[in-house]
Amino acid sequence: MTLQYHYTVPGDDFVHAGEASGHLKGVLRQLGYPGDTIRRVAISMYEGEINMVIHANGGEIDAEIDDRGVTVTLRDQGPGIPDVEKAMQEGWSTASDEIRSQGFGAGMGLPNMKKYTDRMQIDTVLGVGTAITLRIDLH
Amino acid sequence: MTANELCRDCGFTLLCCGDREISGGVYCCDLLSMVMGRAPTDGVWFTVMANQNTIVAALMADVACVVLTEGIRPDEAMLARAAAENIAVATADCPSYAAARRADDRITAG
Repeated sequence: MTLQYHYTVPGDDFVHAGEASGHLKGVLRQLGYPGDTIRRVAISMYEGEINMVIHANGGEIDAEIDDRGVTVTLRDQGPGIPDVEKAMQEGWSTASDEIRSQGFGAGMGLPNMKKYTDRMQIDTVLGVGTAITLRIDLH
Repeated sequence: MTANELCRDCGFTLLCCGDREISGGVYCCDLLSMVMGRAPTDGVWFTVMANQNTIVAALMADVACVVLTEGIRPDEAMLARAAAENIAVATADCPSYAAARRADDRITAG
């Protein structure tokens, strides 16, 4: 069994941010996935969704649920990540003061995505965009 | 215990979803990603960050109850979102640390 979902994430829209991740979380609940697995999918996907809203003026998300886990692919046409190594460090952020006033910009987005996934791949090109693939296995 | 019982015993003002069961510990922070990375599942989160994203972060992290501290009140949109997601919301007039200590004592006492 494989289920596929596609989401469009609008840019600079904090009110609707999280709808894609919230929807997938609901689907996994209905399918009877374990709570810990659902939490890992929801947090890592939401971090990616928020990054798209903040940094890339939105983007597209494809999620695929199979018998052994979940794969989430986030694609944007934003500025790209200049230094992936730095971006993976906890506390490092380029978010503006306005974004920080919303509670974001802790510099934990990518680290959380790595922490909660079994595999994570980042493909980024400056001025072209970023694609991040997350894989969460059923344990 | 339920959010209702915790709020009653700690002097917090419960605003919605009092039946939500609390089985995790307490956590204080105003940075949403930090909360999602570290808050205990089904626990109580103390923050001054009052917007809809607070509820979305709580939803992703399976937080059972959000307590807004320092006398901060949620707007209608935040409360509506919390009610829709069955996340308890309460307020406390004291700082996060003091409120969290009270809740921790209550939860530890069982």
